[in-house]
Amino acid sequence: MLARVVTFAIDGIDSRPVVVEVDIRPGLPAFLIVGLADAAVREARERVRGAINNSGFDFPARRITANLAPAHLPKIGPGFDAALAVGVLVASGQCAADGLERTAVFGDLSLTGALRPCRGLLAVAEGARRAGMDRLIVAREGAAEAAVVDGVEIAAVEDLKAMVDVLGGAPAPPPAPQMGGLRPAADVLDLSDVRGHELPLRALEIAAAGGHNLLFEGPPGSGKTMLATRLPGLLPPLSRAEALEVTRIHSVAGVEHRGGLVTERPFRAPHHTISAPGLVGGGRVPTPGEASLAHNGVLFLDELSEFPRASLEALRQPIEDGRVTVVRGQRALSFPTRFTLVAATNPCPCGFAGSERQCGCSEAEIARYRRRLSSPLLDRLDLLVNVARPSAAELQASARESSAAVRDRVLAARERQLRRLDGTAARCNAQMDARLLRSRIEVAADARRALGRAYDAGGLSVRGHDRVLRVARTIADLAERDAVVLADVLQALALRLPDGGAEALAA
Amino acid sequence: MTCAAVDRSVPPCAACLRRTWLVARLAGHIEIAWMRRRPLPALLALADDALVAALGGDERPRIEEEYARFDPQVAIAACAAHDVLALCRCDPRYPLRLHELPDPPAVLHVFGQRAGFERCAAQESVAIVGARRGSPYGLEQARGLGRGLAAAGLTVVSGMALGIDAAAHAGALEVDGATIAVLAGGPERPYPASKRRLHERIAATGAVLSELPPGTGARRWCFPARNRLIAALTRATVVVEAGERSGSLITASLATDLGRDVAAVPGLVTAPLAAGTNALIADGATLVRGAHDVLELLFGAAGVVARTPAPDAGLEPDLAALLNRVRGGQDTVAALVGEGCAVDATLAGLAQLELRGLLRRLAGGRYLPAAPE
Repeated sequence: MLARVVTFAIDGIDSRPVVVEVDIRPGLPAFLIVGLADAAVREARERVRGAINNSGFDFPARRITANLAPAHLPKIGPGFDAALAVGVLVASGQCAADGLERTAVFGDLSLTGALRPCRGLLAVAEGARRAGMDRLIVAREGAAEAAVVDGVEIAAVEDLKAMVDVLGGAPAPPPAPQMGGLRPAADVLDLSDVRGHELPLRALEIAAAGGHNLLFEGPPGSGKTMLATRLPGLLPPLSRAEALEVTRIHSVAGVEHRGGLVTERPFRAPHHTISAPGLVGGGRVPTPGEASLAHNGVLFLDELSEFPRASLEALRQPIEDGRVTVVRGQRALSFPTRFTLVAATNPCPCGFAGSERQCGCSEAEIARYRRRLSSPLLDRLDLLVNVARPSAAELQASARESSAAVRDRVLAARERQLRRLDGTAARCNAQMDARLLRSRIEVAADARRALGRAYDAGGLSVRGHDRVLRVARTIADLAERDAVVLADVLQALALRLPDGGAEALAA
Repeated sequence: MTCAAVDRSVPPCAACLRRTWLVARLAGHIEIAWMRRRPLPALLALADDALVAALGGDERPRIEEEYARFDPQVAIAACAAHDVLALCRCDPRYPLRLHELPDPPAVLHVFGQRAGFERCAAQESVAIVGARRGSPYGLEQARGLGRGLAAAGLTVVSGMALGIDAAAHAGALEVDGATIAVLAGGPERPYPASKRRLHERIAATGAVLSELPPGTGARRWCFPARNRLIAALTRATVVVEAGERSGSLITASLATDLGRDVAAVPGLVTAPLAAGTNALIADGATLVRGAHDVLELLFGAAGVVARTPAPDAGLEPDLAALLNRVRGGQDTVAALVGEGCAVDATLAGLAQLELRGLLRRLAGGRYLPAAPE
């Protein structure tokens, strides 16, 4: 008898339906798996055999052939164990076949028959809904993640036996609900914990409100990393679609997120020894990189000048397009990469130029250090902020407003932008192109003159001019103004990166 | 434009060329002697045969033989090949002031446009020297002095070293002024190598001078030797920034020995880079707050160019207050914010002052009061 069981394969950060067909014939005992299965899938044979035997079923001593369709899609295990086992049981009459039309299964099996969760459960559940399945049976552990998806019923079972029972008509236990999250629940990063740093916090607010990328410059220990970690808390809450994206990407990449839906914006801080594929995605089995894990959140590059140029160059297109395309063989996979970039750098090799401590670097050393800041990325940074150690008075000052208060202002500013940019591809000020800057922005006359003077004096390139205008528009949005006035342009000028890239930064 | 063709009317004389060749040939020996603390001026004052006798050592016979076989045409051709003009002591174009040295260079090698050198030579000149690791304040002051003095029609002379020297040259070039660089090694090779562009620009509109023939590398003794030329060529030496033991202090003392004026830019009493300059002022050097002080020193009150009205006249009170705070040393936004000064207003004020040319924005968001244009 031929059995057909629907399961799913992870493809990039999505899932695709795979139909497992199992056929049992008389003949010398054999268990063949075909359909571009990789080595991990072929190992499934042993697991399936052990699981079936240990669950109280009989493993048929006949010729078993399993085909994973469609044949042109490479099947990268694991995750097919459950479907294979159910297929074998159905084909040998040990499991009911009706209901398999509308029910899919997914998961790994251990030799004892226990069902194990795999990466990408959310993607699988979404795939099940897309494929028109009514129900998806998965392992109890981690099922909360699959339950996030509407439109498909999730049954959470312990082992193969329970799975067969459910297929036979037993009631399907729902998964236990769980709060997803990336950080330990008690570890909340709030602005009210920060002392001093008036200027960097103002810059963070502007960055959050307009979607601008930011560069912190300051000596070691001045608080650059601490400030960067507060940014996700200032961004508007994730929409449901965004939360699903974040959860799906983390799930596929195997990053710990406590099951359930992730509701906070991700903060990724890769070390500068990371490779280019680690940063943007790739590898033999294409997995999302840090840039995708930071999607809808913040990517923090500390010690920007220490990152290999190749890695930073690889980031350029993803920042520009919001996606990265990884090609493997004839297949092209696309991962989303829309994040806010925060970079940090020291002013010089010893780190202390311009601070209270004496800097020991020579002019040549400083110039060389600054040249290593990659100009492709400097082009994408809208704000430059000097971070200094807070003074004693600042450290002892009373607490400031909380992240929530700032977030409200940021949200209001974002809403103004969405209204203004309605009908365009841009969703925030940082995404406005030159055409939108001319057409959708109202600038007061004295503000225009000041910007023109700065441009003429040679301190601004054309790109720099537009960047200052975008930031000024965000500052005006935060002040709830319709037009951009002189004060907004002046502030934006004071926060700009020196133009000309790394050479200009070498003062 | 080359200076390849040596003026036929006054070719450098063989004696001077031979002397120059000898000094270059003995460069290594001089280095060793100098490191053993034999005073440089005394050495360089020795006549040719005495010099060989004193330093030749084992190589003495060989050097004497080479000396005897020396062919001035070879030296002249070498200079021509590098576009270098060779002026010997006997040449009327040889700067008069150099003759006041006890040991003037036998041949002055000039790299650059003829017209540039003549223009520079026709004007009064001032030396601006200082620390290699200049602070942003010192570099800004040096640049400002270079600009101001060049604009007033003086030639700015310096050593094209990193830091203060380079800033002074750059300031002069900014206003299309005249500037001369005196190098320790041959004049056609930029030293330090990172100042290649500056070297080109100086050669294009001014001149690069050296005591040593083209192709000679600079030994350590060549730097104090070069400094005496800077002191001698000019009417006054201005030290912008110097630590306690800076080489520019030696230049200043050489200038004093030659009867030249010495001036210095003061700094904070706690700043290491102001230790040397403050000490000079305490010992009687003229205090320099800007180009006008140097002009007054050289030409008296009548020589001071009518000063443009102070750029911060008529400044709005809150901007003026902000500017004064920056001048007072609070040069980061972090320092300026606080006590009721909102971040936004401070940022806007700093940008305004920058647009008006009163502040310069350094990397990392620090601000520096700008020297007058």
